[in-house]
Amino acid sequence: MSRPSDRVLGFTLLAAALFAATFVDAAIQRDTHEPALQRTERLVEDLRLSDLVLFTEARYTRHLTQADLHSAFQDHPVALEHFPSGSLLPPPALLLDRHEPLDREAAPSD
Amino acid sequence: MNRWIEKQRHLIDFTASSLARRKGKSLGLLVVYTLLVFVLASVSLYTHALRNEATRVLAGTPEIVLQRLIAGRHDLIPPGYIEKIGRVRGVQKIEGRLWGYYYDSVLKANYTFMVPNDRRIAEGEIVVGPALERSRGLAAGNGISFRAYSGELHTFIVSEVLAHESELVNADLVLMSEADFRRFFAYPEGHHTDIALWVANPQEVRNVGLKLINALPDSRPILREEVLRTYASIFDWREGMMLALLSAAILAFGIFAWEKAAGLSAEEKREIGILKAIGWETGDVIAMKFWEGFLVSLLAFLVGYVAAYVHVFHFEFSLFAPVLKGWAVLYPSFALTPQIDGLQVATLFVFSVLPYTAATLVPIWRAATTDPDTVMRS
Repeated sequence: MSRPSDRVLGFTLLAAALFAATFVDAAIQRDTHEPALQRTERLVEDLRLSDLVLFTEARYTRHLTQADLHSAFQDHPVALEHFPSGSLLPPPALLLDRHEPLDREAAPSD
Repeated sequence: MNRWIEKQRHLIDFTASSLARRKGKSLGLLVVYTLLVFVLASVSLYTHALRNEATRVLAGTPEIVLQRLIAGRHDLIPPGYIEKIGRVRGVQKIEGRLWGYYYDSVLKANYTFMVPNDRRIAEGEIVVGPALERSRGLAAGNGISFRAYSGELHTFIVSEVLAHESELVNADLVLMSEADFRRFFAYPEGHHTDIALWVANPQEVRNVGLKLINALPDSRPILREEVLRTYASIFDWREGMMLALLSAAILAFGIFAWEKAAGLSAEEKREIGILKAIGWETGDVIAMKFWEGFLVSLLAFLVGYVAAYVHVFHFEFSLFAPVLKGWAVLYPSFALTPQIDGLQVATLFVFSVLPYTAATLVPIWRAATTDPDTVMRS
């Protein structure tokens, strides 16, 4: 009859082997996905895409980088932001840093 | 060495039998522990892979996108604007982009309509993204009608469905010819949605952005580097949000594990007293308990992590994805490429294995160094 320690250590070793296998699997999958990733990169270049399709419900969550700071609230005066995905995505950092150092560096228009 | 190993094996024998005697409690702890590691590992693996994929894919986005704003709102680029930009030194290529949104009342979903610049699409035909294929049951050769904002119904033939493998960027796209786009949206001739620019010298992108703002004060340039930075920060935020939501669970587990590990039950105290009375040394008792804490937490980490890996990269994060996409009607379904951050895994290991092991040792050390008689009586 096997000792309890054999069973425990055996099971732990099996789990450790599976853990190591995830790294092997990751390397294999990376190779398999590589051509598809390259095709996606080309598609982004060809279509001049700028955003990921994460949330399609509102334009400031669909094209996050193209939205401006007001777009979440511009449906009517004193409008509140009402799309749920807005709470999952923060306003892009670039909008908060800005309206960009570019604005500050630019000469004021007369 | 052999003697030492044999001794440890006997200690593990003892620990395993002792855990088996308290089967319900031990199994319960192991399951809850594993689940917690599973959830934490799922979130961090998913976020890391998505962040990497986003950064890589979006590296090909236009160097500068130039919008025109009127009263804080995005406005169309009028004819003549592109020519003005052409005079800004350093600009290598300029293209007007045509794109917009369409709300489909059948599905209650938004699509992104777009005119590709490098690809010719015949009039009356469209190329659709895979999410549309799925949700509207479209295939190449099918016809579909959209009601334009003017109220007219326009019918298009689907000439192609975009590749499923690129769903992260193309899920909701509808590509059409320029003539169709202008007719459908009654888009004024010569106007564009915004402008994509490429700069000859990558070091000059910021300067060109500045020049553009100076030359066209009503414009707003969006640089590629800002696009990349935005997406990098978003996934940090999302990971943080998920972790914040999970923090109650993590705390609850912390209390549970602390209670289990740090508070010795009367039964365990008696066990230690008996072991010492029959001649076990303090070191042996501590080693035995160390194995208990270490094996439980190591197993929980390994099993939880492997389950999380399979969940994220073989089942498309299916348990948590509904939480994120519950309200978006069109949502891409994509298989992420596994990108594992060694440091992240090591952090998870340290935070899941060490505290529990340490928490088991402290009270045991206290009980094991006192007189067996006192321990048994208390």
